[in-house]
Amino acid sequence: MSVPLGAFIAVSATLFFIGTAGVLVRRNAVVILMCVELMLNAANLALVAFSRRYGAVDERGSVFVVFVFVIAAAEVAVGLAIVLSAYRNRPTVDVDEIRAMKG
Amino acid sequence: MIEHVWLIPAFPLAAFLVNGLFGRRWLGHLTGLIGSAAIGASAIVAIGVFFEVLAGHSRTIVPLTIAGIRYQWIAVGDFSVDVSALVDPLSAVMMLVVTVVSFLIFVYSNGYMAHDHGFYRFFTWLSLFVFAMLILVMADNYLLLFVGWEGVGLCSYLLIGYWFERPEPYFAAKKAFVMNRIGDWGYTIGIIVIFLVFGSLNFGDVFRRLDESAPEQGVLTLICVALFFGATGKSAQLPLHSWLPDAMEGPTPVSALIHAATMVTAGVYLVARSTPLFTAAGSALTLVAVVGTLTAIFAATIALVQVDIKRVMAYSTVSQLGYMFLALGVGAPIAAIFHLATHAFFKALLFLGSGSVIHAMDNVQDMRRYGGLRRKLPWTYWTMLIAGGALSAIPPLAGFWSKDEIVGAAFTNGYPLLWGVGVLTGALTAFYVTRALWLTFHGEPRDHHLYEHAHESPPVMVLPLAALAVGSALVGFIGVPPEGGFIHGFLKPALEARGGEVAEATRSPALVTALGLPATSVAAGLIGIAIALSMYVRHRPDPAAVARAAGAYYRILVNKYYVDELYDHRFVDLARAFAGAAWAFDIHIIDGLANRLGWLLSLSGTGLRRLQTGVVGNYALSIVAGLLLVLGAYGAYAAGVIKP
Repeated sequence: MSVPLGAFIAVSATLFFIGTAGVLVRRNAVVILMCVELMLNAANLALVAFSRRYGAVDERGSVFVVFVFVIAAAEVAVGLAIVLSAYRNRPTVDVDEIRAMKG
Repeated sequence: MIEHVWLIPAFPLAAFLVNGLFGRRWLGHLTGLIGSAAIGASAIVAIGVFFEVLAGHSRTIVPLTIAGIRYQWIAVGDFSVDVSALVDPLSAVMMLVVTVVSFLIFVYSNGYMAHDHGFYRFFTWLSLFVFAMLILVMADNYLLLFVGWEGVGLCSYLLIGYWFERPEPYFAAKKAFVMNRIGDWGYTIGIIVIFLVFGSLNFGDVFRRLDESAPEQGVLTLICVALFFGATGKSAQLPLHSWLPDAMEGPTPVSALIHAATMVTAGVYLVARSTPLFTAAGSALTLVAVVGTLTAIFAATIALVQVDIKRVMAYSTVSQLGYMFLALGVGAPIAAIFHLATHAFFKALLFLGSGSVIHAMDNVQDMRRYGGLRRKLPWTYWTMLIAGGALSAIPPLAGFWSKDEIVGAAFTNGYPLLWGVGVLTGALTAFYVTRALWLTFHGEPRDHHLYEHAHESPPVMVLPLAALAVGSALVGFIGVPPEGGFIHGFLKPALEARGGEVAEATRSPALVTALGLPATSVAAGLIGIAIALSMYVRHRPDPAAVARAAGAYYRILVNKYYVDELYDHRFVDLARAFAGAAWAFDIHIIDGLANRLGWLLSLSGTGLRRLQTGVVGNYALSIVAGLLLVLGAYGAYAAGVIKP
């Protein structure tokens, strides 16, 4: 137990903000999906770290990580399917170009 | 037979359903045969019931069952309205008159309407009418009577507007319906007050409780005036008379059946049926007599100058209905029903005869274009002559016995003024009938083209005329001798069961009055005929000269006392203004409110749709902004800056 909890949290927060910034500034839909993955994994890291630190008996927090994996996989599957069908409709994956849903 | 009384309305109802459902596509002209056969069957049952009542079943209440199930329409606590028939002498007479006259008119219609493209529709509505009329006369309570009452009103509307492609029948139908509704308003109030006072609508219960509890005079008068107002609407009495002449826009058999023989007598029947109530409220009875007499002379004067043959007959009907109300008002309900029965025959005959003439003259109704038709239409001529004699109260034809009894009752029961007006009206009646028959059948043809093409109607139309002529000649003998004839003994238990005043009122007069009164009536009738013949045969005085001399009064008569114009100005315009205001309220306030609300929503939607940019980046940014907001709020809470 040499690495303090604070370090994990710092890494996690950094990853999260990199992911958030990516989602906000990038235009390529595939990259945005990757950034979303980054954010999810930041959360995973935080969960595992807290679980090691406070859940001494059974590390229940780690179980959530498994759930997040499953959800992330599903999310990527659906997300990529949407991107693919959008690409078939118009040959672009630039989210600023795809504005057919404008009200 | 009496337990099968439900068959009497069932046959016309079945004919209505069959003709209405299958007539247009499959039955075609068979509908006439079906309708006639059904009414004929009803007439046979009605005759059977009549003889059974004659044999002593003076008052029976028969539930109108369907497959043995008794139908109770309304049942609340101890108040109930059954669908039951009251079979007593009064309803037996009415059923007989309605079914027999209807049957003859149905047969006649087969010929008269043969070339009409709405043949099946005509017989459908006419069958429904007979059904409703039978329900009206058979009902054993005021509410079921009202069902029939509204039913005949509906059929009247449908049949007046039968040729709805032209505007006049359509407007006439609307007018008839609206004026009837005004009368119905009175009837409805009558029903409500009867229920409040007596707690029942059943004739038997109401009259029994009337004897037991003797309610206030004012309440009784209110009931009777309200019921009588309903009767004025249905029976075309003042002030609601003006729809009936316009109703002549309907086919002539309809005029004969609905607007002469049956439906318009519903008001007379209602008042006769309510005799105990009216007798208990004496002042209402006087009102009935006065309104009846005024209507009689009022309509007779208008009939003097009409040139449309059907309108003469229409005003004559209004006038004769006035006689019936006069009879009811002076305490001679039997005479009223007697006149109702005889009138049904001779007035139906006059209308059907007019229809035969109109049929022969290529649908021309203006008597100024007739003339000399007795050579072309001998059957129509002779039968109408009998009917005209009956209407003019020439002995021994039917009208003499019944009308003379009414006028005589007015005198012996202490209304000499009404008697005088009645006799005068008798002279006027004789005048206009003679005038109409002369202009139609005698003299020289005034329109040669029409005259050349005129032809006698087919047997299917002539035979009913002959049958009705026999009736018009002979039906009067059921009331001979006056005051003691068959009809008097028969109807007495139904109409004078309460004894007392009415029975005393029709006491036998002295011999001088007994002979003098009919003599006066007959003399008045003969004078009317003589004047008419002198004017139209020998032109002494010439009718045109008389019209010029009468000047303003002649114009008033031609314009029917300007009653329609008065109603237009006083009521119709007012109703129009009210309807306009209601329309404006609806358009501007009700619709306006709804439209403003919709406009507001659409405006807010226009504003909000800007949020929906469709750019994923914007959505992501707003999610992050929301996250930051939540985190910031949590941080502030944790730091103690804000309190929950």
